[in-house]
Amino acid sequence: MDTDQLIRSLAADNAHRAPRVGAVLTMALLVAAPLSILIFATFLGVRPDAMSAMGNPFFDMKFAVTLSLAIPAIIVSLHLSRPEALLRGWGWLLLLPVGLLAVAIGGEAMMAPAMPMTMRMMGKNSRVCLLAIPAMSLPLLAGALFGLRHGAPSRPALAGALAGLVSAGLAATLYASHCTDDSPLFVATWYTIATAVVTAIGAAVGSRVLRY
Amino acid sequence: MRGREDEWTGLMRSAMAGDDAAYHRLLKAVTPVLRAAARRGLARAGQPPDQAEDIVQEILLAVHLKRHTWDSEAPFAPWLFAIARNKLIDALRRRGRRVFVNIDDFAETLPGEAREETASAGEVAAQLGTLPQRQRDVLQSIAVDSASIKDTAAKFSMSEGAVRVALHRGLAALTAKLRDQ
Repeated sequence: MDTDQLIRSLAADNAHRAPRVGAVLTMALLVAAPLSILIFATFLGVRPDAMSAMGNPFFDMKFAVTLSLAIPAIIVSLHLSRPEALLRGWGWLLLLPVGLLAVAIGGEAMMAPAMPMTMRMMGKNSRVCLLAIPAMSLPLLAGALFGLRHGAPSRPALAGALAGLVSAGLAATLYASHCTDDSPLFVATWYTIATAVVTAIGAAVGSRVLRY
Repeated sequence: MRGREDEWTGLMRSAMAGDDAAYHRLLKAVTPVLRAAARRGLARAGQPPDQAEDIVQEILLAVHLKRHTWDSEAPFAPWLFAIARNKLIDALRRRGRRVFVNIDDFAETLPGEAREETASAGEVAAQLGTLPQRQRDVLQSIAVDSASIKDTAAKFSMSEGAVRVALHRGLAALTAKLRDQ
């Protein structure tokens, strides 16, 4: 087929309209979310003292941290789904949860905490945390990758890593309502390790499936 | 250069608003620029220039299938060249070469290079043969026989909607096959 002929067939297909990447990503995450919630409801559940825990700023802070990861990661991943987009100028958004955690760790240190630092960091749920966040992330990660496949990222591994951050941030938000460890030191340690695992999986899979 | 790129942006806006003729003109206008850049990229990688047309066709298919990622408020050329660069790097990598693609390959085209021509390429034609019968028939009819959607529908006793679906699926399948080959 010569190029003029190909162009003719492309022009004939001009009426075809694809949805925006943001719409596809939103739909894919909404389809995946019930699976993650099912894992949560089956194996974890909301902690029994959730109502009273809401008065504890460190409990609330966990959600601020996880959502400040998930939402900026969605924004940056949509930005990077355009072929000419650069991370420059947008990457700082991903530092929001880091900044929040640093403030929370400082706040806790000033409040003369009841337990020594290592006990707060190690907590009681580290193993569950390391299993539950990646497990609940997987359906969301599949959804995020499916949604981003609709885009045209110039760096597929980076876009895949962002899909990992999106899914880990959302899964960690669920997990935070189950976990009784509220110390920001615990969050900074174990949530971060779990997120790093999911991000690495996202980058590895993304480098293959996000090429366009 | 500025004027040319503004013209492209205007054509693409019209195309997205449903003007098929503007879209056709735009694709015709960018093709010589893409071809010159593909040749230069191949030359730099020590590859024969006769594969340039395969790369041009891959770029055009990607432009078509990813045009919803173009922001109509943004200029068209940077978006186009980003896709072209990506496809050129992919193509050279597939041929087992270390790749250095210069952004300027796309941004700066000498006027003399951008002459009008068309050329055949082997890869799209080869993959065309692997498509399902219906998609192949529709693509052949529209691309090679220059039939309209309407005439193609009449020829194969299909609805126009079914022709459009087969055309789009055929183009998407071709692109996927080229990418994964």
